[in-house]
Amino acid sequence: MIDSAVLERHGLKPDEYDRIVACLGREPNLTELGIFSVMWSEHCSYKSSRVHLRTLPTEGPQVLQGPGENAGAVDIGEGLAAVFKIESHNHPSFIEPYQGAATGVGGIIRDIFTMGARPIALMNSLRFGSLDAVGTPRLLEGVVAGIAGYGNSIGVPTVGGEIAFERSYAGNPLVNVFCLGIARAADIIKGVASGVGNAVYYVGAKTGRDGIHGATMASAEFDDKSAEKRPAVQVGDPFMEKLLLEACLEVMQTDALVGIQDMGAAGLTCSTTEMGSRGGAGIEIDVAHVPQRETGMTPYEIMLSESQERMLLVVKRGREPEVERIFEKWDLHAVHIGEVTQDGMLRVRHRGAVVAEIPNRALTDEAPVYRRPMEVPSYLADVQSLELDRLSAPPAAADALRALAASPTIASKRWAYAQYDHMVQTNTINLPGLGAGVVRIKGTARALAMSVDGNGRFCYLDPRRGAMLAVAEAARNVACAGARPLGATNCLNFGNPERPAIMWQFAQAVEGIGEACRALAIPITGGNVSLYNETDGKAIYPTPVIGVVGLLEHADRVLTGRFQRPGDAIVLLGTGRGELGGSEYLKVVYDRVSGIPPQLDLESERSLQELVADLAADRFIRSAHDCSDGGIAMAVAECCFGVDDCGADVTIDAVSVAGDPLLNQAAALFGETASRVIVSIPSDRAGDVLARAAAKGVPARVIGQTGGHQVRISVGGELAIDVPVVELERIWRSGIDRYFIRKVA
Amino acid sequence: MKFAVIVFPGSNCDQDAYHAARHVLGQSAEYIWHKDIDLKGADVVILPGGFAHGDYLRTGAMARFSPIMREVEAFARRGGPVLGICNGFQVLLEAGLLPGAMLRNRGLKFRCEHVHIRVEQTDTPFTALCRTGQVLRIPIAHGEGNYFADPDVIAGLETNRQIVFRYTTPTGELADEANPNGSAAAIAGLCNEARNVVGLMPHPERACEPILGSGDGMVMFESVVHSLKTGALVARA
Repeated sequence: MIDSAVLERHGLKPDEYDRIVACLGREPNLTELGIFSVMWSEHCSYKSSRVHLRTLPTEGPQVLQGPGENAGAVDIGEGLAAVFKIESHNHPSFIEPYQGAATGVGGIIRDIFTMGARPIALMNSLRFGSLDAVGTPRLLEGVVAGIAGYGNSIGVPTVGGEIAFERSYAGNPLVNVFCLGIARAADIIKGVASGVGNAVYYVGAKTGRDGIHGATMASAEFDDKSAEKRPAVQVGDPFMEKLLLEACLEVMQTDALVGIQDMGAAGLTCSTTEMGSRGGAGIEIDVAHVPQRETGMTPYEIMLSESQERMLLVVKRGREPEVERIFEKWDLHAVHIGEVTQDGMLRVRHRGAVVAEIPNRALTDEAPVYRRPMEVPSYLADVQSLELDRLSAPPAAADALRALAASPTIASKRWAYAQYDHMVQTNTINLPGLGAGVVRIKGTARALAMSVDGNGRFCYLDPRRGAMLAVAEAARNVACAGARPLGATNCLNFGNPERPAIMWQFAQAVEGIGEACRALAIPITGGNVSLYNETDGKAIYPTPVIGVVGLLEHADRVLTGRFQRPGDAIVLLGTGRGELGGSEYLKVVYDRVSGIPPQLDLESERSLQELVADLAADRFIRSAHDCSDGGIAMAVAECCFGVDDCGADVTIDAVSVAGDPLLNQAAALFGETASRVIVSIPSDRAGDVLARAAAKGVPARVIGQTGGHQVRISVGGELAIDVPVVELERIWRSGIDRYFIRKVA
Repeated sequence: MKFAVIVFPGSNCDQDAYHAARHVLGQSAEYIWHKDIDLKGADVVILPGGFAHGDYLRTGAMARFSPIMREVEAFARRGGPVLGICNGFQVLLEAGLLPGAMLRNRGLKFRCEHVHIRVEQTDTPFTALCRTGQVLRIPIAHGEGNYFADPDVIAGLETNRQIVFRYTTPTGELADEANPNGSAAAIAGLCNEARNVVGLMPHPERACEPILGSGDGMVMFESVVHSLKTGALVARA
């Protein structure tokens, strides 16, 4: 009955099947095969990535929970923990943008409250094809509406994020969602099943036939038949999840709970197996007791369904009535479907008869681990070469700045974040668009800053350095809000790992993340890997997305990236080197993705970040903005937006990277050299700030003054840009909106 | 002074309203579950924002049938101050405690941003400490806040001075671009004829602390405390 066609449908290779037979000592039945197929899928088993992920730094005195649980957790003082994680929902979002994105939000929120934390902030990192291409606006609209529809309803604010546009994501958009919650550090709950005889409860929505094989789908490439996989995408119900969230947090207030896990990818299969495996126990359930939305569902379907808004609980023996009462209050099903056993088996019954019996170890510890072959991609040498002198003559600097401000990747993302409720829970103290997302922690003086960043273009040109730059940028954004980074989560979006060139990109990027996180002392507490991001054999740019969380001891010392007052001194921390490789400038002006990404000296980066956080804590500076996409010119312009009479007049150093003087000017203005921050300070404090910078070994120079109504930038004494703030701001504000102009009755 | 914050399944601004009343204003406050049938001696009732019952039907359409709503209606009839914020306003409309209905925003999208509203009436318990014409900067966050009523109903609201807040520019001028959702007569908030029941789409509880970007909403909470203290309102739950 199990032939090669059946194996292929389950995404299993013949040698993997042999391994299953060896694990069981017999042929599996179809239900067992289905269970193996999802647990051994790339999505659940990390079989291609595991050997690399092991090298990441995951420890630090602040780490309360590292990778391996539903989410990571760090100590934020006063007995509290920040619980956070990022996850991808790329594949479902391409097939059905609204529901794909919505259920991504639902899934990551469940991961957080499963740990006993109340979710207080969401962010997202989105990547699409060019906004000029047919279909992209509709995709963007669907994804944003899906995120809004779920997050707004459940009442968790979306406080920040990023959206980038690049042709390589046209057939495979990236939807990465991040959630952060707060728990009492002592009350963090884990996804463990233990205590023989304890009851296993199923709670939440009924199980339907939706999402069967979602995890397997997320572990395969797309082709022109992918649209037919729509039934594998689930439909989200944020109201149900809101009830589940409140009820679960209420149950967690009692001590009746042993462990809890959400049913995400691979549903009931993954939650029973992982909980049993973590607790060194077995779980036995009877699927006939599982609430079902449809009639005639087979055990195979019930075990593999990915219906949303469901949780699995292990409850202490004798405490069941208490738990049931709480779920009853919230009008939720809480059904006793099985028990914890001591034999380490996942045993599934259907009306008493055993329909699957598999050692937990076989599904988790004995899942295949691949050390896949790697090779340097053949495209690399080609794209890394960039001879500036062979470019055509550049446009006037002011026109280039206008073009950059209009580029959807740089332009204001207000179109998106105005659709997200970013203020519910009344903690948001830095509104979206002003830098990192910042939420205060009620009942304390503290606040948490968070940023998600990636740069696919840099990673395409040099995955190792690109990944390091992503870590540095996320941490720098957190520092620019005045916070000190505590931990990070990563979402690794790559193509098909069975291709050696992709595997090489992956390994390089993980090495880069590891090196940067070690140097910046930011442990990775968890994350997610999304492979097979390819359509018709074309892979996306390798795109690791990093979410960094940092702590502000004094919420009222938070900084934004906007100048605050006219007459302040503008100081540049760091030094520009005119690095145009992989820059937005090359992309927008020359439509080129080439060169080598900016250098990164991690020691300098760390000193810079510490300096900015110190200056903020001591109230020396009034704003801080990092220089990234569009270089220092774009950064200065953004600092001027939204505040009256806060234009800027600055002079930056010239660089010499090309023969053409205009290109040198462009490199100074728009080059994306890392480790630079623009701060504004009361002019009488400039000396103090320069002295503090010198003591830290950070290059610092007063480059100008705030005030007036122009963005005026000279390079090496020559006026290069002199444009009204209002003009640039108008262009920047309509960069995305202009694709959605619609007649309104 | 005791605030009752009604909690429907799907309410998500209940904790924010509680925080504003209890921790910012320093009054006592209590959550009241929608299945309860007792307001537990509250002096003020708040119907908070959110998505009661998921709002999969019309917004607020299910919540009006919750057991606690009979008590809220009785409390309102006795003259007790009731404030409906956002979804709470929608519930008041569905319950018939305020006239009119909500349509989807004219841009068809959910909108979350700070807007400006002008205080039109100061003889309600929630605006007693405001000046007529005072402009408040308060956030909105809704997809269905486009207030609609028949022209004669609107005319009646005008005649009876029931329009409590209108969307305006920062300087208090009426302007189409200052109306975020297309509401008829730029209506942001209303009161009933007896003036003790007030509903508005903006979220004053989100504008009670300067660290959140505005403290302008605080005056509404202070007003009701003032009104109750000075005996302008005597009803008790």
